[in-house]
Amino acid sequence: MNIIVPIKQVPESSNVKMDPETGTVIRAGVEAVVNPLDLYALEAAFRLKEQYGGKVTAVTMGPPQATRALKEAVAMGCDDAILLSDRKFGGADTCATSYTIAQSIKAIGEYDIILTGERATDGDTAQVGPAIAAWLDIPVATYVSKIEEVKDERIFVERLVEEGYQQLSVSLPCLITVVKEVAVPRLPTLKGKIRSMELNIPVYSSENMSLKTEYLGLKGSPTRVVKIDTPKVTRSGKTLTAQDDVSLRAAADEFINLMEAKGLLL
Amino acid sequence: MTDSHNEVWTLAEQYDGKLKGVSFELLARGRSLADKLGTKLVSVLIGDGVADSDLDTLIKHGADAVYAVQSPELKYFVCETYGQVLRSLIKEYQPTILLGAATSTGRTLLPYTAVKIPTGLTADCTELDIEEGTGNLLQTRPAIGGNIMATIKTPDHRPQMATVRPKSSRPLPADASRKGEIKHISFDKALIDKRTQIRGYRKEESETLGLDEADIIVAGGHGLKKGENFSLIHSLAKQLGGAVGASRDAVDRGWASYPHQIGLSGKTVSPKVYVGIGISGAIQHLAGIKTSETIVSINSDPDATLHKLADLAIVGDAFQVIPEIQKRLTERGVKNNG
Repeated sequence: MNIIVPIKQVPESSNVKMDPETGTVIRAGVEAVVNPLDLYALEAAFRLKEQYGGKVTAVTMGPPQATRALKEAVAMGCDDAILLSDRKFGGADTCATSYTIAQSIKAIGEYDIILTGERATDGDTAQVGPAIAAWLDIPVATYVSKIEEVKDERIFVERLVEEGYQQLSVSLPCLITVVKEVAVPRLPTLKGKIRSMELNIPVYSSENMSLKTEYLGLKGSPTRVVKIDTPKVTRSGKTLTAQDDVSLRAAADEFINLMEAKGLLL
Repeated sequence: MTDSHNEVWTLAEQYDGKLKGVSFELLARGRSLADKLGTKLVSVLIGDGVADSDLDTLIKHGADAVYAVQSPELKYFVCETYGQVLRSLIKEYQPTILLGAATSTGRTLLPYTAVKIPTGLTADCTELDIEEGTGNLLQTRPAIGGNIMATIKTPDHRPQMATVRPKSSRPLPADASRKGEIKHISFDKALIDKRTQIRGYRKEESETLGLDEADIIVAGGHGLKKGENFSLIHSLAKQLGGAVGASRDAVDRGWASYPHQIGLSGKTVSPKVYVGIGISGAIQHLAGIKTSETIVSINSDPDATLHKLADLAIVGDAFQVIPEIQKRLTERGVKNNG
């Protein structure tokens, strides 16, 4: 079974500090990591490989530094990795990004399952997964929380939806985006780290891939960013300390008044 | 763009033949855009078993017309089949704007459809407007954990597509005098894509309200100390008619299941009131609650980050504060069914 996992390099967020004055993230010195939600896709891929055999290939699009994300994926257990890198890919929105990744998957050739994280923690769009499926004209299951089995060229999964869990089966090849519930990601191993250092990661570019220029990068992006604002923290916070009967009652009353003012008490 | 593209569309959602609340929220958005453009607002429904009397409520809440494609094969959302139907409608009617809800359905169907057209799509918008002069749709969305707001447009492709964060807008009040056409469009069975098969649904054991549908969310975190104390969260949520949320920490400890998780690796929510109890306010959690209308924090730790972001911060022991709130609620006639 050939499994492809498109991943993204994003700014590390768990150690990010907020500037209390402006409410913005202090970005200086923040390192880039594999999108945390992609780790669940990688883990799901490894488990499928362990159960059914085959190969896991990680793909990412980005500048040469994005190789680091691929090395981390290899250290966790990917067999292969491919970097999509070209100046022409720059400034891509989700439409152009998904086109480029889909074309690279076509170039890889045989694949059974494409696994992605639910979304990236920087862009937060969750669009690239389903969009890749659309370019490849394969079926897609999003928000998958459980992979049950692969049988008779179909994969049986559950997806987390508003009503609970939708149970479905999808014919291969297909694309699946997973949520955290799917599996607990493993840590890179020492053996994997050594392998990742030795592995030569091929670079796919507009030179060695079949691409239509009009779909690439900023030029191939239907959307344009008009402006970026930093929302100010405008909340006029009120702090009450509840420590004895009187102050407890005051705090409870304040809470109830707030709910009432919002029209939420029936 | 040419005049042939002029209708504004919003996608209604249904489950089991019942319209979902987001359908009406989207109409409020669509109404103001259609008014600014001086054009028609259409609510588009793909599904099964929604009665005409229910479709008419879409008109009462702002639509000028409803286009409904209904068939037993469309009872459940299947991206490929719904995508085929939606594309055939877009081809025929050429809308200028198409809004969907940023739900598990909208966030799957719209990216799939946008590529097939191809056109631009902006995810999880919290503000929409029309650009003066050009008439282009201005789509504003939070990114990087809600730390920036990006405004995006799709200047040269139609339709301009966006998903809209649930609960980020309120439905318009029903206007009984509104009239409009309900157009039933026949479903071409050649559009069925059999590659995906729905096997059924599994409901979560608890009968709690979904985070996306709730006006009030009561969420618990590490400060509750023990799993059994999470019953406090359930009890208050139930009395307030709200949904139960949890921090990542609480979910990782098994105090609540993953569908309740709020934050970077869970859900992003926009309730009218979010109540965080024993939640310190890690940046990943804050990313999921920033667009809440009002934030309340209850925590004995005066230095909790969530206190600083909250509209109302109660520094106190949750085990005293919550029972006090529940007692006062009961006194006010808010029944405690918990």
